[in-house]
Amino acid sequence: MKLLAIDTSNRPLSVAVLDDTKILATTTTTVGRNSSVTLLPLIEQSLKQAGLTPAELDRVVVADGPGSYTGLRIGVTTAKTLAYTLDKTLVGISSLAALAGNIVAEGQLVAPLFDARRDNLFAGLYRIENHQPVSVIADQHVSVTDWAQKLAGYSEPIIFLGQAVDQYQSVLQAALTTNFVRGLPQFDLPQAAILGLMGRTAAPVEQLHAFVPNYLRLTQAESEWLAKHPKEDHAPYVEKI
Amino acid sequence: MEKRNLILAFESSCDETSVAVVADGHEILSNVIATQINSHKRFGGVVPEVASRHHIEQITICIDEALKEANVTYADLDAVAVTYGPGLVGALLVGVSAAKTVAYAHNLPLIPVNHMAGHIYAARFVKPFEFPLMALLVSGGHTELVYMQADGQFEIIGETRDDAAGEAYDKIGRVLGVPYPAGKVIDEMAHQGQDTFKFPRAMIDEDNFDFSFSGLKSAFINTVHHADQIGETLDKNDLAASFQASVVDVLTTKTMRVLQDYPVKQLVLAGGVAANHGLRERLAELLPAKFPQTELLLAPLKLCGDNGAMIGAAGYIQYQQQQFGDAALNADPSLEFDWMPNMVH
Repeated sequence: MKLLAIDTSNRPLSVAVLDDTKILATTTTTVGRNSSVTLLPLIEQSLKQAGLTPAELDRVVVADGPGSYTGLRIGVTTAKTLAYTLDKTLVGISSLAALAGNIVAEGQLVAPLFDARRDNLFAGLYRIENHQPVSVIADQHVSVTDWAQKLAGYSEPIIFLGQAVDQYQSVLQAALTTNFVRGLPQFDLPQAAILGLMGRTAAPVEQLHAFVPNYLRLTQAESEWLAKHPKEDHAPYVEKI
Repeated sequence: MEKRNLILAFESSCDETSVAVVADGHEILSNVIATQINSHKRFGGVVPEVASRHHIEQITICIDEALKEANVTYADLDAVAVTYGPGLVGALLVGVSAAKTVAYAHNLPLIPVNHMAGHIYAARFVKPFEFPLMALLVSGGHTELVYMQADGQFEIIGETRDDAAGEAYDKIGRVLGVPYPAGKVIDEMAHQGQDTFKFPRAMIDEDNFDFSFSGLKSAFINTVHHADQIGETLDKNDLAASFQASVVDVLTTKTMRVLQDYPVKQLVLAGGVAANHGLRERLAELLPAKFPQTELLLAPLKLCGDNGAMIGAAGYIQYQQQQFGDAALNADPSLEFDWMPNMVH
């Protein structure tokens, strides 16, 4: 199976091309500012290096959230459109799970996290089983203090991953004491090759048109509206004219 | 028979997701439009993040329906066109990402289109353009007079210094309790009322081609609030009629003045507010009387709002002029035409 894997969930951008478990091309950039400018040229370059045309792909795998809303939409729109327009299978993998996949120690607890601003995180807890991250606590939007408290209940070391860990290290370390383990910085970056390996065996999306990022948060406007209108339902919100 | 040029065109700059197939720049084979009005009604206006989320729900459905309705395959297409600005950046990015991907996957040239050029070219579906041409572009985000010496050349002669006309409609709509988008309902109310309030006509006598609508909006709001305070009830239809009379007076007076300095073969009325009947009727009345040599091209009512077909029509001109983009194309939320002051004076 030839597949393209894409992760644009945060500032780092990662693209890989695989043929089954063989990694044909992989690139991760860390300081780029605009996935909309860099993603498609990197896909072109990666497929060229791998000696493949887009039509020769069998599958597209994308990190589908959580993360930066705009970043996610660029990756998911590109992946979804590519899979749709070439009639390929599409797989969405949690952006946090993809990051947890950087850790290979069997049985290890891993806590990947992204900054969600104002002392909030997008975070999940995973355990590495049979070389795959398996969800222990579902991905969620959560305050740093709540997350620290939840994880403090585990009496074993947890490896923290993500570029935002340093920012919240004091709170997390205070709650977890010696069970707080800071992952190595190279594992803070998403690796599309790992995403691709995870997506290779995962079940493809059944309703391609309905595939959207897992934002894990309603927009502020919608949550405020729902708070004021708990029983109303205006759907469908989008109509063909 | 020569093969027709077929362009797959994308539009997602605000709250409509649209994909169209356009033949030879002037024939619509399909024009699928998914509107989010029902969603943004909840908030009294377009919420950018909500709009972006709806676009990604709709985008591949729109492509699918556009191709099926037009009964064409990718092999039949000559190019992919897409709005890359101006507009809401998150919304634009969905269309831009999708269009770039389709172009790449099928080895088609990519045409980046200015949304405002698209609005003007909505009138191309009525008949061929003759130059020089003047366009009065009125929408929720823009109010401008655009001079064209040839296809693909756009020069701004005048523009609003504050609110766009469509924006003013939405804002006074809120005061009148009219749901977003307010333009159509206020237009209907205006036809049942009289201009009794005589709101100001900002900048109408000034020797330039610029507009201003924020003073009108404030005068309107003050009038309503003052009446509320003294417990007086004002006739809403008269309020609407007075507001619309001011907008239409200013727009048409400035347009007639610009035509004196810039003699043109055609006057195009385009943009979302071009669907306003009061404005269409006044121009149809004034233009033949004052400039009998100038032909009025009203963008078709169905194509005044945002749609992919107009992007396909503008994209066709760029296709002929070989103006292509590449895989690095980005959205440009504040994309503008060139500003060309005092060209003739």
